[in-house]
Amino acid sequence: MKIRGKVFVFGDNVNTDEIIPARYLNTSDPQELAKYCMEDARPGFGRRDDIKGAIIVAGENFGCGSSREHAPVAIKAAGISCVIAKSFARIFFRNAINIGLPIVELKEAGEFEEGDVAEVDLENGIVRNVTKNREYRIQPYPDFLMEIMRTGGWLEYCLKTLKE
Amino acid sequence: MTLAEKLLSKKAGRPVKPGEFLLLEPDVVLANDITAPLAIKEFREHGGKRVKYPERVVLVPDHFTPNKDIKSASQVKLMREFAKEQGIEKFFEIGRMGIEHVLLPEEGLVKSGDLVVGADSHTCTYGALGAFATGVGSTDIAGFFLTGKVWLRVPESIKVHLTGSFKEMVTAKDLILKLISILGVDGANYKALEFLGPGVANISMDGRFTVSNMAIEAGGKAGIFPVDENTIQYERERGIEVEPMFPDESATYVREISIDLSTLEPQVAYPFLPSNVKDVTEAEKERIRIDQVVIGSCTNGRIEDLRLAAEILKGRTVAPHVRCIVIPGSQRVLKQAIKEGLVDVFLEANCVVSTPTCGPCLGGHMGVLAEGEVAVSTTNRNFVGRMGHPSSKVFLASPAVAAASAVKGYIADPRRL
Ligand code: SF4
Repeated sequence: MKIRGKVFVFGDNVNTDEIIPARYLNTSDPQELAKYCMEDARPGFGRRDDIKGAIIVAGENFGCGSSREHAPVAIKAAGISCVIAKSFARIFFRNAINIGLPIVELKEAGEFEEGDVAEVDLENGIVRNVTKNREYRIQPYPDFLMEIMRTGGWLEYCLKTLKE
Repeated sequence: MTLAEKLLSKKAGRPVKPGEFLLLEPDVVLANDITAPLAIKEFREHGGKRVKYPERVVLVPDHFTPNKDIKSASQVKLMREFAKEQGIEKFFEIGRMGIEHVLLPEEGLVKSGDLVVGADSHTCTYGALGAFATGVGSTDIAGFFLTGKVWLRVPESIKVHLTGSFKEMVTAKDLILKLISILGVDGANYKALEFLGPGVANISMDGRFTVSNMAIEAGGKAGIFPVDENTIQYERERGIEVEPMFPDESATYVREISIDLSTLEPQVAYPFLPSNVKDVTEAEKERIRIDQVVIGSCTNGRIEDLRLAAEILKGRTVAPHVRCIVIPGSQRVLKQAIKEGLVDVFLEANCVVSTPTCGPCLGGHMGVLAEGEVAVSTTNRNFVGRMGHPSSKVFLASPAVAAASAVKGYIADPRRL
C-alpha cells in the first residue's frame, strides 16, 4: 500500500470534538460528516476542494476524547488518504484500523510543513517527505492489525475469518 | 498478574501477557444513540441478519434524549426498531433510563469480573466494580453483532497507590483530576490504570465510578479497582454475589504513582484540557466570572454528588448572572433526590433540574454555551467547543466546587462560602 498526497498540518491533542463536533453527530451519513471534518480545528476544512487524497500530519495524541467513529469516518469520507501523527489516542487508533483508514505513528511528524508532499509505504514501513527529500523508517503494524488493514477493515476480516 | 491481566486471562481461559492480541467474547456490549446507529448500519451493510448474543447487548439513548430534533429522534427510532427486531430487551426509553454509565451499574447490568466493551469512551467507568471495561468504536459493536467477538490488546498497567482519606469537601473528582494532571492527557495511552493501596477502602462506590470514569481523560484503556468489601456489599444489594479480587504480589507495573488522599485540595481543570489543573484556592484568587454551572453527567450525576451539591446550595441561591443546571444521572437518582428533598433545595436555590440526559456535557442540548461564555461543570471534558461555541470555556470541578461557584458567580472554594 503506497499513499502519496499533499500535507495539511495540525497540532497536538486534536480531539474528536474538533475533528467532528457533536453538533453534527445527529447523523451517521459519511458524506454529511465529511463536510464538517476538522471543523473546530480548522473551520471549512471539510468543504475544501483540495483535500481529496491529502495527508493529515499532526502532533501527539491525535483523536483523543470520545469514541465517536464519526471522527475517522469523516476524515476518510472527506478523501484524506492517511493520517500521520506523533502519537494517536487509543480509541481513534482502533477505529481507524477497524474502518481501514491508514494511520501512521511517526516521531518526526513535526518535520513536515503545510503543503509538503508525503509518501507512505505501509508494507515496507517507510514515510518520505518528497518535498524535503527526507526518509523515515516506521514501526510496521503488528501482524494482526496489518491483516485487518489488508482485508479492508475489521468487518471484512470478521466476514472472511470469523463468521461460521 | 495485574488486575487487567487477571480479568483478561479469565476471559481468554489462559494466562495472557501485555502486548498480546486476543479475540474475546465480551459479557456486556453497550452503545448509545450516537454510536449504535452507525453500528447497526455497518452490521446490515455487512450482511448481518441476527445479532449473535442479543441478551448481552445494552442500548441506551441518552445523548440527545429526550430527542432534541428530528434527526436525533430518527436515530433513536432506528435503535428502538432494531432492538425490537433483534430481541434486545435492554433498550432503555426515557422515564426508565439514565446516562448509560450511571444506569448500567445501578441496574446490575454489569458486574465485577465482567468484560465490557462499549461504543462510548467512558465505558471505562465500570472498572470501579473490578470489571475490565473499555471504550471501542461502532465497528467493534457491529463486529460483535456479527460474530460475538471483539479484538483487544492486553495492556500494560500503571499502579496508582492510594493512602489516607479525603479531607472535608475534597472528593473522588479531585483525586482523578490530580492524577490526570500528573499523567497528562495521554500518560496512560494504551494502558490500564489500577487503583490500589489502603486508601481505596476510603473511597465510596459512587466515588470509584467518578475515578474510573475519567481514566480515559489520561488516555487510559481501563481504570480498574480491586473487588473489596465495598464492592461485594454494593453488588450484594443488587443480588449479585462476587469474589474478592486483588492483583498478585508479583504483578508487574510499568509505572507507579503514589497519592495520599489527605493531601488533596479541591481541583479545577482549566480549558482546554482536563490535565490543566490548579488548586481551587489558586482559581478562586483569579475571580473567574462564570455564566453557567452544570452538575451531573456520567462523572458526577450520582446521588452522593447531588447530596454534596445540595449541602452547599441549601438556604443559598445561585448568583443572579448564573444559570445552574442540575441533571440527575438516572431516573432512580432523580427519584431518590426528590425523596431526600434535594430537588427542593435545588429549586429553592433557583437551579434548573432536568430529566437524566447527557445534554450539555457534549454541547448537545439543555444548556449549550454561546460565544465567549464560561461554565463550571462536573463533567469530564473541557475541549474546545465541547459544550457549545468554540470560543466558550469549560472549567471542570467537583459538585462541591461547582455548587459553590454557582452561588458566588465566580470559581469559588466550597470551604470558604
Ligand atoms: S454524560 Fe457526557 S461524557 Fe458521559 S456519556 Fe454522556 S456525553 Fe459522554
